[in-house]
Amino acid sequence: MKILLAAAAILPLALTARALDGQVGIHDPSTVIQCDGKYYVFGTGGGGLISDDGWTWRGGAVRPGGGVAPDVIHLGDRYLVTYAGSGVHTMWTKTLDPNSPDFGFQDDSVVATGDLDCNAIDPSLLLDPADGKLWMTYGSYIGFIRLVQLDPKTGKRVDPNSTPYNIAINCEASEMICHDGWYYLLADHGSCCAGAASGYNIRVGRAQKVTGPFFDNMGVDMLQGGGKLFVGSGGRVVGPGHFGLLDLGDGVQKFSCHYEADLDRGGASVLDIRPLLWKDGWPVAGDNFKEGTYEIESVRTGTALELAVEGLPVGGRRGRGGAGGFGRGGLGSRLGGQGAVGGTGETNAAGGRGARGGGGGGRGLFAGQGGVIPPQDVAQVSTNWPAGNIDPRLANYLDQAQQKWTLTAVTNAGGYPGSPYFKITVAGTDRALAATEDGELVTLPAFTGKPEQLWRIDQLADGSYRIMPKAGPKSNESAALSAIGSSFATLSKFEPESDKHRWVFKAP
Amino acid sequence: MIKSRNLLMSALALLVGSAWVEVVAAQGGAARGPAPATLHPPDSAQKAPDAQGFLPRWLILEPIPASGVTQSAVQAAVQKEYFPNQFTVIPHDGDKVTAGEAELTWHAVDTLNYNVNLYHFAYALNKPSSNVLFWAVTIVNCPEEMRGVRLAVGSNDASVWWVNGQEVIGIYGDRQTVIDDGVSKKLTLKKGPNVIRCAVHNQGGATDFCARFLDAEDKPVKNLTLTLSDTTN
Repeated sequence: MKILLAAAAILPLALTARALDGQVGIHDPSTVIQCDGKYYVFGTGGGGLISDDGWTWRGGAVRPGGGVAPDVIHLGDRYLVTYAGSGVHTMWTKTLDPNSPDFGFQDDSVVATGDLDCNAIDPSLLLDPADGKLWMTYGSYIGFIRLVQLDPKTGKRVDPNSTPYNIAINCEASEMICHDGWYYLLADHGSCCAGAASGYNIRVGRAQKVTGPFFDNMGVDMLQGGGKLFVGSGGRVVGPGHFGLLDLGDGVQKFSCHYEADLDRGGASVLDIRPLLWKDGWPVAGDNFKEGTYEIESVRTGTALELAVEGLPVGGRRGRGGAGGFGRGGLGSRLGGQGAVGGTGETNAAGGRGARGGGGGGRGLFAGQGGVIPPQDVAQVSTNWPAGNIDPRLANYLDQAQQKWTLTAVTNAGGYPGSPYFKITVAGTDRALAATEDGELVTLPAFTGKPEQLWRIDQLADGSYRIMPKAGPKSNESAALSAIGSSFATLSKFEPESDKHRWVFKAP
Repeated sequence: MIKSRNLLMSALALLVGSAWVEVVAAQGGAARGPAPATLHPPDSAQKAPDAQGFLPRWLILEPIPASGVTQSAVQAAVQKEYFPNQFTVIPHDGDKVTAGEAELTWHAVDTLNYNVNLYHFAYALNKPSSNVLFWAVTIVNCPEEMRGVRLAVGSNDASVWWVNGQEVIGIYGDRQTVIDDGVSKKLTLKKGPNVIRCAVHNQGGATDFCARFLDAEDKPVKNLTLTLSDTTN
């Protein structure tokens, strides 16, 4: 398994990520599910949200029955929905599109009830990929989280009289997922429904059987309240709850949840979609990509994306002996070099032994120039760059201006689950990275907003990123940024297991 | 209790902004079911901790009305004297006290689980479990002096703990029972009997607690016995 990349390598200069766009108010969301190219999510009380791209949402999803905390799963050619209202219900519909003639829920009936040791709410559904069995978890803080088996053909109990399995306590909003042969039970701990005072957080335990036992990372059974933190409050959002898995294929997984309070939305309860990462056999909540200025480095090659222009060392070139660097003015001083006078105390810049430049007078080769060397001024160095299109390439990162990229979210350009599209420009300029029709890369003098200049940044399970254009080459719709050599990047069909399509964003 | 969205039998939950509806599904107008069997009267003079070191034997007082689970509210509640000698008494099963206008009884229980389910305790006695304070006492007998041990507890909701009359743990707020949630500073348990006392304050819904001692390596201490008498009482 790939080791999760160090978080310290990523995003230290970033601003806050954008929350989902549009109408996102919801409580106790179901799994986010796709139907006929659209995304749907249902919530407590009935109804729900719809999105064409997973970024901008609107109301209009229809779910009868009211009640709380629904879930939904696609089985065969129809959708099974479960919700809690005087017991746990399941019901079917052929489509989730309320405008379709095939829309309509059928066969709504109770499949599980509560008792003193189980509050029968918060149902969720799992189709076991190992054997095709359908399972439902349900329950809340009073008593146990329980597991029962349903028939995937009917959505009803395989055996209505069977004793449910008790699998956890001290939690609610359970959801089970599978990964690498393990079963993971995610559930909410802490309190809901108190706005910014909500202590809701999502925790996880894992088991080798669907019936448990589920242990956390310290070996505490979830039947004794165990659970490894998956995600808690942070930034401007409080009280995440109601995990849902959104698997987009090709190794790209996201999760959905609500926050009890989005502080940027007046403390409203809202939907979010974020990357799902895996580390040492445990799920980890990723963060949606944040705007900022970065080095973009290939995991495959360790080299960084840059403009194919001659770079200049930060602080100016320094000579080897003799006159040293640019202290004599001319090109050197225009580039802001410190002027190298080098030497070991012998007369300055006249050459001679020890006058190896680079330092202050008499400082020697390795003693630096003295003082602080500022970052390159892109306005200065770019005067040497061609005016028109410039190809990008990969090179050893040297902190130079043509190697720094600013990623900025583009409004009103759509998005993908959890995030808007970004433009990628050389930091301090409007020069924008773009895909070409033949599947290569170019930088244009200015960003114009066309789809080939918009980029989708998806975090992969190990914490690295896939970078894809909104409009790739016509011949390859799943083209992603690829390092095919230490010095060259292109677009090619994404290969989930290959490092050549993995990138990290580092502090510049 | 951890605030959750329990379902009222005769009403439906509303949308965002009024998303949770007060309790209690199982009791919504229906006849009471049988009490759960996680607690039973002690059937031996002494009891050992369970395999994980949890203390299974307690004397528990029927609940006293109380409100507020913040630190200040809980401290005020547990410092209030509801009945005489409440910080020193080692009661017996069946002993009665008067707290306010209510006559309350101490009950000796052994739990079958790692935790003591106070919700079950109250349910079995047809007593409230919301906005109440439960007092509990046990005697931990050590074969020899034990230095450098820590009391480790969890509770739903807040709780305050005393060992031999010294307050050693306070955990507050709307919380669930987490094993080894509140942990004391290093303590010395005397050879012979040591009195462990706690007060658990619940807002509503589920309520329970668990407690054990950990040694210097954070391993559970198991060479103890529990009684409900210090032989001097």
